Amino acid sequence: MLLLVIFCPIVAAIVIMAGAPARKTALVASVLTLAITLLLLASFQGPQRDFQHLTSFSLSPEWHLSFTTGVDGLSMVMVLLAAIVTMAAVWFTGEIDRHENAFYACLLLISGGAIGAFASIDLFFFYAFHELALIPTFLLIGIWGSGNRTAAAWKITIYLAIGSFILLIGLILLYQSVPVESRSFDIRALKAAAALGQVSADAQRHIYLLLLIGFGILISLFPFHTWAPEAYASAPAPAAMLHAGVLKKFGLYGLLRLAIPLLPDGARHWTNLLVVLLLGNIIYVGLVTIAQKRLDWMLGYSSVMHMGYVFLGIASANILGVTGATVLMFAHGLSIALLFAIAGELRRRTGTLVLDDLGGLGKVMPFAGLAFGLGAFAAIGLPGFANFAAEVMIFFGAFKNGWEMERFHLFQIATVFGLWGVVISAVYMLRAYRKAFMGTLAARWKDLVDLRPGLRVPVTLLVGAALCYGFFPQSFVRIIAPAFRPYLSAGR
Amino acid sequence: MITAPELEIGVLILGIVILMFEAFAAKMDKHLLAFAGILGLAAVLVASFFVVPSPSSDQATGFWSFYTADSLSIFFKGFALITTILVLIMMIDYAPVLASSVATRNVGSTLGEFFALPIFTCAGLMYMASAIDFIFIFVSLELVTISFYVLVSFTRSNPATLEAGVKYLVLSALSTAFLVYGITWIFGATGQTNLERITVVLASSDTDREAALFGMVLVLVALGFKIAAVPFQIWVPDVYQGAPTPVTAYLSVGSKAAGFVVLLRVLRPFLMLPEMQRLLVLIAILTLIYGNLAALPQGNLKRLLAYSSIAHAGYLLIGVACFDGGAVIFYLVAYLLMTLLSFAVLVIVSQRTGDRISDFDGLAKRSPFLAFAMLIAMVSLAGVPFTVGFLGKFFIFYAAIAQRQLALVVVGVITVACGFYYYLKVVRAMYWQSAATIDKIPLSALSRFAMSALILAIIGLGIYPQPILKAFEPTRGRVAATSTTVR
Repeated sequence: MLLLVIFCPIVAAIVIMAGAPARKTALVASVLTLAITLLLLASFQGPQRDFQHLTSFSLSPEWHLSFTTGVDGLSMVMVLLAAIVTMAAVWFTGEIDRHENAFYACLLLISGGAIGAFASIDLFFFYAFHELALIPTFLLIGIWGSGNRTAAAWKITIYLAIGSFILLIGLILLYQSVPVESRSFDIRALKAAAALGQVSADAQRHIYLLLLIGFGILISLFPFHTWAPEAYASAPAPAAMLHAGVLKKFGLYGLLRLAIPLLPDGARHWTNLLVVLLLGNIIYVGLVTIAQKRLDWMLGYSSVMHMGYVFLGIASANILGVTGATVLMFAHGLSIALLFAIAGELRRRTGTLVLDDLGGLGKVMPFAGLAFGLGAFAAIGLPGFANFAAEVMIFFGAFKNGWEMERFHLFQIATVFGLWGVVISAVYMLRAYRKAFMGTLAARWKDLVDLRPGLRVPVTLLVGAALCYGFFPQSFVRIIAPAFRPYLSAGR
Repeated sequence: MITAPELEIGVLILGIVILMFEAFAAKMDKHLLAFAGILGLAAVLVASFFVVPSPSSDQATGFWSFYTADSLSIFFKGFALITTILVLIMMIDYAPVLASSVATRNVGSTLGEFFALPIFTCAGLMYMASAIDFIFIFVSLELVTISFYVLVSFTRSNPATLEAGVKYLVLSALSTAFLVYGITWIFGATGQTNLERITVVLASSDTDREAALFGMVLVLVALGFKIAAVPFQIWVPDVYQGAPTPVTAYLSVGSKAAGFVVLLRVLRPFLMLPEMQRLLVLIAILTLIYGNLAALPQGNLKRLLAYSSIAHAGYLLIGVACFDGGAVIFYLVAYLLMTLLSFAVLVIVSQRTGDRISDFDGLAKRSPFLAFAMLIAMVSLAGVPFTVGFLGKFFIFYAAIAQRQLALVVVGVITVACGFYYYLKVVRAMYWQSAATIDKIPLSALSRFAMSALILAIIGLGIYPQPILKAFEPTRGRVAATSTTVR
């Protein structure tokens, strides 16, 4: 069943390239993906900490390379996120003026790549599936983008290519760091080797640094973040939704999946560096975000900034913080996708996203205003949204961690700054909302129409999911926490 | 039972028969000769699968003291045959250009020679794969090079081609001189020309290692010319651009692969000398940097592919410097598939518009199939997963990391990023530039079949590399064994 989820978008992309009606096929495929994912979630056995729904094909016995897929609590959440955002992104795609089939095929390939990466237990395919999205992203921004699209397309592609090759070096080093007889690309086998202490502390340090830089570039960790705002501002809205909402989470997922079980010593060694960098994400990028004059750039920077919280949760290295990080990945994916979708609709109608030119749009587009407002509230982390639950868990986890280490520690400072980050994000989100939707309506925007009813479905889906898990975060925590229990302290 | 030498004899007979037909059957359609050549080579290819490899020994005498039929050589005979078949298919597509640019009255006879020469080159490549004696290496190398002299300058009414021919002739002759001189030094120091026996002699303490090493460096110069390693790469861009496109493809795949096979063989006796590895690492780094940086600003696709072939020589040299024969062979296979695919598209498109990158503008509209084929080739050359090019780089980097060659890894990663830029430049031209002309590009069924097969092979081997891993497994073990004795 899991294979069906992975290959449904990919097969649909191939069928669309072969000439099937683009929008219909893509919609059917994405709805089908979401439906099967929900079935998977329903049949998911919570407290079990091993991978479920396993399938495996051996490809090279000498290299212990096999195509193995399965989900545990962590990857289940990510697959669910990918399925929801894919459907919303496909649904939100409006009229495409050229190469319509190729557009939908690229979208579905990104989605299939992300789902494949989240569901792969084999290191090689974990890496390869993520890279599958690289070329479609390049094409999406380059062909259908706006603004300075060519430069943005080059920048994101080359940046991500460097990041993923650094990551590849780290992964090869990880593979070689275990003794020859237990070498395997299977993450479970590597975990077993790491549990026996076969990965030396020295090797862990090198590997963790490589993984941190490689994944960090993919996640837009400060100071490797400069590709993200530009790319998201130029990308067509559905591409930005998928990339910022889902694909960027791959790096965080990778850190959670690999660094915590396999490289605990390395993670400990580089904790201070990571905390300093993530403060760069929260504070520096946060301030940069306030200074933005365009809605799309602001959203791009805000998505970079919020990665800082997830890093804080990962760095805290206790179950509470890490679980919070996972929930925030999910919640942020939904809220940023919603915001990019609305911004894309605004651009389609007004042709500009300069905040000073907009204003009063809430009068003519009440539904869009409501949706944007809800997205902004979610991004700030208002209670009731999943973001709130996640951030609370992260802050408690991080603060607690610092308390356990020393009297006054970097972690407490980081947490305090992180809380100020919430204020920063409230400032820019609310200001953007006020400038775009409140105030006097300029004469030239009088004739704008609101979102048509069809487009309200994905909005409802995204908001509904964020609210649902905002009120019942326990349903996630129950399946996520067991995945980390063997490796981390409880943090209670 | 078929034995290995019969394969080359078969190819040579095929070449001679085609030449005879070309000379005496004046009335026939010369394209038939190309089809006959393809069929004949395919038959030999099938036969090569039935040859049982036998490892060479230093006790062999007579013919077998300079000819080996080990699995590496059989594998590369197949490699040479596939390359030649694909080049012949490209040549059929290229024939109209040839007909218009050759000055002689009798176009038909030129065409026949054009189809016959690659078959002799193929025989040379196959002999080279089996050569384990310096004299035999020299003879087979010359068989390849001399037929290339003719092929490179085939459309000689074109000044650029003529320039390419002269450059190739002069520099190639120079490198041959270096080769002979190097062989002389090695023979003087060891008293042997057989590689296996040289290994034995070098191991004893009373051999003049310095002299042998000097000879080896001279041999490296000659081979560096063949594989286009820095600083012996100057000829590459001009010759690649000037030569007829199918010949360029042949040169960049066949000639390079043969160079690397010989390199792997002749280096084996010298592996125990640490100076050798340092030298190779240096050459690899220079080649990587030069090839990739020079490719960045290119606006001509043929020249771009020339620099990219230098860049790929750099990646291959990483594998050589790390003594991982398996990784080198896998990369060569990957390189064969993706380079020939890109040249196959180039041959067809350049006849319509030209061979600059801007001539590919809007190809996605004019011919979606050709654009897709080029996309796959470029993406694989850049090294995106699920293509064979990525696995090639993966094995190369794997070898470099296992040997802790930090400099090679760092330079490799940076140059890979450069590669993404210049290969995707072609993709950009095809997909989001608008076309100057919107005429459709016709494509023969044979070329379409060959390209589809290449695309399938690139993606298929990118996901399931086991067939090739299996084929070079014995070599892998042996090279690993040799390198462990070194350390």
